[in-house]
Amino acid sequence: MMKRILSAAVLSAVFAGAADAEIKVGILHSLSGTMAISETTLKDTMLMLIEQQNAKGGLLGEEIVPVVVDPASDWPLFAEKARELITVQDVNVMFGCWTSVSRKSVLPVIEELNGLLFYPVQYEGEESSKNVFYTGAAPNQQAIPATDYFLEELGVEKFALLGTDYVYPRTTNKILEQYLKDKGIAADDIFVNYTPFGHSDWSKIVADVVALGADGKKVGVISTINGDANIGFYKELAAAGISADDIPVVAFSVGEEELSGLDTTNLVGHLAAWNYFQSAESDLNDEFIAAWKAKMGEDRVTNDPMEAHVIGFNMWVQAVEKAGTTDVDAVREAMYGLETPNLTGGTAVMLPNHHLAKPVLIGEIQEDGQFDIISQTEEVAGDAWTDFLAESAVLKSDWKDLDCGMYNTDTSTCVQIKSNY
Amino acid sequence: MTRTVILALRAALFWLMAAIAVNAQSPIQDLLQENRAAVEKASRKTIDGVIDELLASGLPQTREVLAKWREKEIWQRKEDGLFFFAKPLPNKNIQLFDIETGDPVGEFDKKAVKQLKPNSGVRSVIATALVRYQLTDPDPRKRAEGLRAIERGPEASHLAALRAAFEGEDDPALLARKQRLERLLTISYDEDSAARVAAIESFTGDLGVDARAALNPLTSTTRKAAAELPTNANIKAVIKPGTARLSRDQAYALLVAAELAPARITAAEKKDALIANIVEGSVAGTPIHTLDTDAARTQAYATLAAAGTVPAEVTAADVDAALAAHVFFDQYDEPDANVTDAAQEALTSISTKVGVNQMFDLALDGLSLASIYFLAAIGLAITFGVMGVINMAHGEFIMMGAYTGYVVQQVIPDYTVSIIVALPLAFAITFAAGVAMERLVIRWLYNRPLETLLATFGISIALQQLAKNIFGTQARPLTSPAWLDGALVFNDVVSISYIRIAIFVLSVIFLFLLLFVLNKTRLGLEVRAVTQNPRMAASMGINPDRINMLTFGLGSGIAGIAGVAIGLYAKVTSELGADYIVQSFMTVVVGGVGNIWGTLLGATMIGSLQKGIEWLNPSNTLAAQTYMIIFIIIFIQFRPKGIIALKGRAAGD
Amino acid sequence: MERSFFARNPSTLIFITILAVFTLGVTLLSEGLGVDVISTSMVKTLGKTLCLCLIAIAMDLVWGYCGILSLGHFAFFGLGGYMIGMWLMYERTKAIVVSATAGAPLPPTPQEIRDGIGTQIFGVVGGAEIPPIWYFADSLFAQLALVVLIPGLLALVFGWLAFRSRVTGVYLSILTQAMTLALSLYLFQNDSGLRGNNGLSGLQNLPGAENVPQSLISIYFLWASAAALALGYLLAAWIVGGKFGSVIRGIRDDEARVRFLGYHVEGYKLFVFTVTAIIAAIAGALYYPQAGIINPAEIAPIASIYLAVWVAIGGRGRLYGAVIGAAFVSLVSTWFTGGQAPDIPLGFYTVKWVDWWLVLLGLSFVAVTLFAPKGIGGLFDMLSGRLAPQRHGADLGPDQGSFREKEAEQ
Repeated sequence: MMKRILSAAVLSAVFAGAADAEIKVGILHSLSGTMAISETTLKDTMLMLIEQQNAKGGLLGEEIVPVVVDPASDWPLFAEKARELITVQDVNVMFGCWTSVSRKSVLPVIEELNGLLFYPVQYEGEESSKNVFYTGAAPNQQAIPATDYFLEELGVEKFALLGTDYVYPRTTNKILEQYLKDKGIAADDIFVNYTPFGHSDWSKIVADVVALGADGKKVGVISTINGDANIGFYKELAAAGISADDIPVVAFSVGEEELSGLDTTNLVGHLAAWNYFQSAESDLNDEFIAAWKAKMGEDRVTNDPMEAHVIGFNMWVQAVEKAGTTDVDAVREAMYGLETPNLTGGTAVMLPNHHLAKPVLIGEIQEDGQFDIISQTEEVAGDAWTDFLAESAVLKSDWKDLDCGMYNTDTSTCVQIKSNY
Repeated sequence: MTRTVILALRAALFWLMAAIAVNAQSPIQDLLQENRAAVEKASRKTIDGVIDELLASGLPQTREVLAKWREKEIWQRKEDGLFFFAKPLPNKNIQLFDIETGDPVGEFDKKAVKQLKPNSGVRSVIATALVRYQLTDPDPRKRAEGLRAIERGPEASHLAALRAAFEGEDDPALLARKQRLERLLTISYDEDSAARVAAIESFTGDLGVDARAALNPLTSTTRKAAAELPTNANIKAVIKPGTARLSRDQAYALLVAAELAPARITAAEKKDALIANIVEGSVAGTPIHTLDTDAARTQAYATLAAAGTVPAEVTAADVDAALAAHVFFDQYDEPDANVTDAAQEALTSISTKVGVNQMFDLALDGLSLASIYFLAAIGLAITFGVMGVINMAHGEFIMMGAYTGYVVQQVIPDYTVSIIVALPLAFAITFAAGVAMERLVIRWLYNRPLETLLATFGISIALQQLAKNIFGTQARPLTSPAWLDGALVFNDVVSISYIRIAIFVLSVIFLFLLLFVLNKTRLGLEVRAVTQNPRMAASMGINPDRINMLTFGLGSGIAGIAGVAIGLYAKVTSELGADYIVQSFMTVVVGGVGNIWGTLLGATMIGSLQKGIEWLNPSNTLAAQTYMIIFIIIFIQFRPKGIIALKGRAAGD
Repeated sequence: MERSFFARNPSTLIFITILAVFTLGVTLLSEGLGVDVISTSMVKTLGKTLCLCLIAIAMDLVWGYCGILSLGHFAFFGLGGYMIGMWLMYERTKAIVVSATAGAPLPPTPQEIRDGIGTQIFGVVGGAEIPPIWYFADSLFAQLALVVLIPGLLALVFGWLAFRSRVTGVYLSILTQAMTLALSLYLFQNDSGLRGNNGLSGLQNLPGAENVPQSLISIYFLWASAAALALGYLLAAWIVGGKFGSVIRGIRDDEARVRFLGYHVEGYKLFVFTVTAIIAAIAGALYYPQAGIINPAEIAPIASIYLAVWVAIGGRGRLYGAVIGAAFVSLVSTWFTGGQAPDIPLGFYTVKWVDWWLVLLGLSFVAVTLFAPKGIGGLFDMLSGRLAPQRHGADLGPDQGSFREKEAEQ
């Protein structure tokens, strides 16, 4: 048995040597396990984008070869697969991860081996790695504008922050709690609840939220509930007859893909905040949707992390062309300031803190499972370190000029080069 | 002939010009154009002006324009920015109508026009403005809509409108709603203290959220500190600092906030002050490198303070003196003491009643959860409880049932019919799967229970992955028929959704069905005989193979039906079954193996216990699950055979 | 003492020799110390596999020899990982905080350093305070002691409760499964103080060894894992070798009979359960610094079931069987899910192993249970011609094994 593994290792080493000429893109998304529900779509998106690029003649005259691995929703396996992709498969760049914990698992590996990762999902911020480009939304590109919308437009005075018990909701809610307190909302008027992944028994929690209205203040729900747990939550919400006009719910993790798992007739009017909706009106978006449906089937939908991969991939292609090489450091230098059209009609710009400037969209759920965009801001610059927590407000990230992801502007020192994970 | 054409053309031209002329002169269009920016980018904060202007104009079209605006039926023509009513046509073009006359203006390409999309905040402001037209509308639905708008966004002006709308209200339900709303608005907006108190008292013991919503703001208080108690204020209570309600630190913070005392120096400020006073590597004579403890820093700061360079620290004595010199009290935000007293009294009576009802609601929730656990576990109660077969793939049978429901819904679009078809079909499919599994795998392993566990686990992971390969990893929709939508509402505190009631009913049906089958039919007799002593049963002419096969099929089939029900209430994914398997086993074990009643008791205990713990710790649902499992582990220590332990020969060993 | 330990257990010597040769071979072919044929990620995989073999031995001891099908041993494995992870994380973060505050105008107070560590570690999960359970996190010695103490104590208490009330067979299996589920749910909570779902990460970066490349660290851990496996194997062989081994095998085959013979069955079971929990914990403490991250999903019930699967496929009741099972299944799993296995085109459908591997694993598992209850280890019997008497496939079952044998003779 050992012999077989050794020969496999030798073989792969030989192949790696022979295949140096082509450009390899690693795709690090779970294809099995709990996160497969969301991540498989992103793998397919990447394969489609690579196919399209190859049809255009590839990159630097080479064909782009995708290398797909399956980290199986197993966080340690993410680190292992990332190491394998970089050292054994010699990929030039990786696109992948969904959950924060998977990203945190990969971080030490890519920082050690100087890899390059494009991370496409909205996340909690408070991080800036030299080796990661965050193409999803930072809190100030999703959570804060949505909260503002609640405060300003809907006049919500009492907040229920419901989330799945993991890093993204925890950190986002911590930021939001502080933000709401700064805005004059009393601590008593913020109700926080965490539920496990895949939670299905929501009756008690929904009843608790309804009971919040007993002191005459308008109640709003900010939901960071993740994955399939949303289905049970929205079903219970609909059964309890809670209309969006009484208790609006804004979700940060519910997109077209999640809605395709339930009947939305009773959810019309509830909200979601993203940087992209399938219903966005632009020619590029129409093209993208058409290509996606042609490849995957008429009933498939597009969503925000897919757009993030589209932007990320296009930017990387531009950067490689600009740098004339796929070398990680050269590509990273070339990334700063690059502009590429986003699918909602504007332009995404890569900032020196490895985040994008993107517009924030708020959409109301419609009967057909799509979102009606009712608010769209100008491009908002992604902020790695939130301005609303005292200890983070003094930090900033600038990899272009300061070459530091965690720079303390008070003391003018670089706190640390590597990330904390 | 030619003349007719010319005449027709002329008429058309005239009509067209007239239309343009009307457009240009239509007063409502002009009004909207004046406020064009505010209408295009409508925001709750800025929309009031526009609406007031519209209402003040007294134009007859105001109502319709507002109503259509709210319905997102107003569109804007991009070329000239004019507003129109609109209707999307089947050919994806948009038909525009004039907002003054309602006449068609023509078809436009989707790209040439833009829909106004007021957000829900703006829509509710519009709805509030529309109230004045709706309360006396001949259409009862419109009147109800108006009342709904008041409930959502009450305003002082609504009070008079409501009182005026009593007359002529012939619908008793609407009249009752109007009267209730009037009393609620009286509490909040009436000027007359006696009327308010009377209205408040009328809500004693009322369970409505709206009643509490009107009363609670009256009793809100602000905690204040002052040199002496103000005489004219409506004060709830005077509080002594240093008690549980107000710690000394909080009290001092109140004084600082009211600028009645100097702020304490925080550790960070102290540090900054020390840094600011570094002179040649030392602060106030103390070398920097020794300042790595709090004590040393305090010492150095005291030296600086003594020299007058920095403000002195607030000492404990200062705090004592400041606290003693001031009085702390809770002051009602509502100045009228009669009103606050009445409100307090009404709320006290309500809160007791709400408490009782919350308990009732919790019990309902617990019962509902119990019935879900029971439904998931009841198949297992047969295969594991009666036959003693550990079937780890039981959860996957539940999943197969749920996917059957999904597939049937793809074929039969009518939700009611599809559920009626799906239930027996799910039973048939999982029955067949169960029989196949029993024949192929389990019957070889009857003497090796632990290996049954492992083999069925292998089947479980294979089935899960198969489901993923076939149906994909996304959750699939399984929608309940419309008659199961909504909830049975007892009052604003107690309610339960119909789908949960249906699951409850289903589990009760299965309970009695199984009891009947096992205790009253020949099959049940044979099953019990084979379970207790297969050899003896065989020598009595019973075919144990056949009985085992049928029993296992029955248990699996019920799992399939449970799958449809659970899919309706939660989600359909390949991991659906895995979520329930451990819980189901525990339900059966806790209840007592080999007894359907035991499973019922087990499910009831686990369900109500979980809800009970959730109630104690509402912000963390995970904790409830953890503690429940720990409780079960401890419970099994004391009753290893479950709640209902079989005794005598039936126990088998 | 008629014969030496090794003479009585020839397989032990063979096993240790193979393990030594393997370790040496990997070292010589590695990136860090050898000719760079085996990549660092492969070395890590092999090192981790050795740890899995160690916990498989523990599982074999408790299941194959003592008849307790524990579906909760991964809880101990994970706890061991958490204990060592706390020290790794605390010390690494401390180094970062100390270096970050080095340039500050005032030297930091101990409290400031502690606050800094708290913010760094718990900032991502919305906290800043260091919870009390991290009390010993700054001491390597204390945490190493806890690696053994905490899982050992948990096993002792749980085992005492369970065995005392004579919970046996499948009930015990379900109870152990409930234990690991409860523990994983508890750790999933943020309030547990171990960073909830996020777990402890960055464990591969050893404090004080920042300048040692991972290629070397991976080799050191490979050696440590191999040494632990060898010691664990020796310990297990010693335990099952003597009279003690006969008693626990007796308990497996007929617990009541052993009890009637006057043995204190509960004491034996408790001892085996606790010792294997400690072995599992040590395996975990070596595994997670190589994996880099530990989080509650690692100790979900499914992991422990897989453990039983490895041992069953390898062959219960023989120590080398457990090792073979764990190594074989986990490595084959890695190979199939890694996307390296070639797809099989069937014309109308292409079998992608990423999709079908689990189906294959599940079905092969059924097949092993049905047709080859001795697992891979059974092959060795065939080679040596040492076939057990035909017992209708019931020889290794914990319950009615000896009873069946009598039946077979009739």
